[in-house]
Amino acid sequence: MDRLENINPKLYRKCEERQITESDEDDNVTDEFDSREIFDLIRGINDPEHPLTLEELNVVELDNISVDNSKNEVKVLFTPTIPHCSMATIIGLSIRVQLLRALPPRFKVSVEIAPGTHASESAVNKQLADKERVAAALENSHLIEVINQCIVTY
Amino acid sequence: MVRMESVQTLLGHQGRVWNVSWHPQGSFLASCGEDKTIRIWGREGEKWITKAVLTDGHQRTIRQVAWSPCGNYLASASFDATVAIWDKKSGEFECNATLEGHENEVKSVSWSKSGQLLATCSRDKSVWVWEVAEDDEYECAAVLNAHTQDVKKVLWHPHLDILASASYDNTVKIFREDPDDNDWICAATLSSHESTVWGLAFNPTGSRLATCSADLTVKIWNEYLPGNSEGIVTPGMDAVWKCVCTLSGYHNRTIYDIDWCGTTDLIVTACGDDNIRIFKESPGSDRNAPTFSLLHTCYGAHTQDVNSVSWNPTFPGLLASASDDGEIKIWNCSDY
Repeated sequence: MDRLENINPKLYRKCEERQITESDEDDNVTDEFDSREIFDLIRGINDPEHPLTLEELNVVELDNISVDNSKNEVKVLFTPTIPHCSMATIIGLSIRVQLLRALPPRFKVSVEIAPGTHASESAVNKQLADKERVAAALENSHLIEVINQCIVTY
Repeated sequence: MVRMESVQTLLGHQGRVWNVSWHPQGSFLASCGEDKTIRIWGREGEKWITKAVLTDGHQRTIRQVAWSPCGNYLASASFDATVAIWDKKSGEFECNATLEGHENEVKSVSWSKSGQLLATCSRDKSVWVWEVAEDDEYECAAVLNAHTQDVKKVLWHPHLDILASASYDNTVKIFREDPDDNDWICAATLSSHESTVWGLAFNPTGSRLATCSADLTVKIWNEYLPGNSEGIVTPGMDAVWKCVCTLSGYHNRTIYDIDWCGTTDLIVTACGDDNIRIFKESPGSDRNAPTFSLLHTCYGAHTQDVNSVSWNPTFPGLLASASDDGEIKIWNCSDY
């Protein structure tokens, strides 16, 4: 990266770890996917230009995730750090890829920009929703390397 | 009413299957997907089995396959920016021509009725028309840059050398050759969809076009030729295509494909909600304001998005579908 787009991003406090309850450890209890579980899958994704997670930058928030288990739907709204962020598509793709790999294939995942938080949100949303273009992007070895670097957690 | 019965599930592809295409005689089915292979399926007794697996033709996902009208050639469009032409002259399927020129992913390929013309389209926003010369040579006859975005699908008219294309720019365009100078021109732009147009299907006579979109609707367009009795004004010698019916409220997610049956007139759609739906024009409906009704919804036809649906050209009611779940299904649809 030659120059940082957002030089001094605002930092947010990380949320507490999930409390493991007794029923969580009981294999006989079916626990369905909830928004907290989805949040835990994506909160640790790294920002493409800062050594910070999407959670620390408030790009992803628990309240912006919805899950409908019966309809197999997962919807994630993310908030780019600045309204002209050129990384918005890469960030959205990283969230998509992470959920694609982690969730059972029955889920229909939609990843969109939180309304009103990006100058070209409809164009970015249309691209992220086009599975053919997403599939083509994921066959691009350079791009998948960038995405894998965002997703990898140490 | 229509009953839809699963005849067989065809397994073999690894990962998403993007497309299925029937041989013009209806006895073979070609399929392709992200595993970069083409499979040819044929009937043996009551079962459909793999007759051939075509590998090494493409470096990336194969998005669509199309048989020539004579049935001797198969064209495949790939994300590797090329189109391969396969034939069986040696006894086995072999790739004997590769069409290069698109800047990036080729999304679709279609043969004209005569088999003399081939069309391709790409994410590079262009539509190419190729002329089939002798000795397996293909010459580029036109590069059409009318669309402003990724072109998803091309389809030739069932009888005439008229080409339709569908795009991420939400429009459908109609192309024809200008007889004065043999230049290919955009003769019409069909605007009405509010998001990406994924699929196209002509009715058996070619006087109508059905389109499907990420806006969750299907639209039916009528062709009005110059001098039409309805008094629709046409520019010069070109027909006007008007949207005469919008089917909304039936699909819950993007509609990825549509096919209009040449023998039964039924319309079938492939949807991202995993369902397959069948529509038919209501009896006695007005040609200029037709009504179509949903005859049947096959819920959970696949366990993931349905990407492709295709009516068998010779066996009425025989349907093939392909899905992200890696499966191809053969269906039998019958009236009861």
